[in-house]
Amino acid sequence: MTSDYWRALCGGLLIGAGAAALLLLNGRIAGISGILGNAVRGRAGGQGWRVAFLLGLVLPAAVFGLGSIGFAQGLPGLAVSGLLVGFGTRLGSGCTSGHGVCGLANLSPRSLAATATFMAVAGLTVFFVRHSGFAWLS
Amino acid sequence: MAFVTALVAGALFGLGLVVSRMVDPQRVLGFLDVAGHWNPSLAFTMGGAVLVAAPAFLYVRRRGVDLTGAAVALPDRFRIDRALIGGSALFGIGWGLSGICPGPGLVLLTGGSPRAVVFVAALIAGSLLQGWVASRGSATGWLGRLRHDAPPRA
Repeated sequence: MTSDYWRALCGGLLIGAGAAALLLLNGRIAGISGILGNAVRGRAGGQGWRVAFLLGLVLPAAVFGLGSIGFAQGLPGLAVSGLLVGFGTRLGSGCTSGHGVCGLANLSPRSLAATATFMAVAGLTVFFVRHSGFAWLS
Repeated sequence: MAFVTALVAGALFGLGLVVSRMVDPQRVLGFLDVAGHWNPSLAFTMGGAVLVAAPAFLYVRRRGVDLTGAAVALPDRFRIDRALIGGSALFGIGWGLSGICPGPGLVLLTGGSPRAVVFVAALIAGSLLQGWVASRGSATGWLGRLRHDAPPRA
């Protein structure tokens, strides 16, 4: 259990280092939903850094593997979840990385409101799925 | 050069997602499941990430430039509107269903599971759908209120 916390903390420090590096060296914010959204939309100008960041993002897992993982949903549930995550993060201008890491690091009240909202709603969703009559959703 | 630095930054970020086990949907759901067998370890991930990134943001906010001397315009920190809260709520539902947010979703593709492919395809579709809806909405109709650049209602 203790090693869980060490891994969680060390991983967090690495994530923060990645966000800091992108800001300090590229002048960009490490918001993955925005980087992905603009990359697939083919926004003109400076696409190279977006593609490079996304390639870098998947590189460690491609080399070292993912470790033990378990999906909680089948294909239909994952499709619904993906649509909601894609639509919601673009409408709300950010996800766990953009608002939760970069926005909070930037002491942004806007990102604090967004982070509080998605954490609370995600917690409620898990509660409904696991501990209520909506257990058929899991 | 921008390509190389972005690649390195992405690799640091991606390594952190693997090391912290943010890439494991079950681990994330365990963190979100406050009423069950709550595993709060991922709070250390978020805290650690914010702790390291904060000085970089402070530096850039104070000087208005990054380390290469290029001007950086940080986003508006204050406007809290309906799109921000509504979008974040929709994201929260999706995240709570699967335990996968955009970064880990992309990293999960490396495992080769069709489930990861379906999630990321839907993620991109949802992202494009939001862009399409926003481009069609008038400034006054209900669709218009789904634009994050919409003016506040009078």
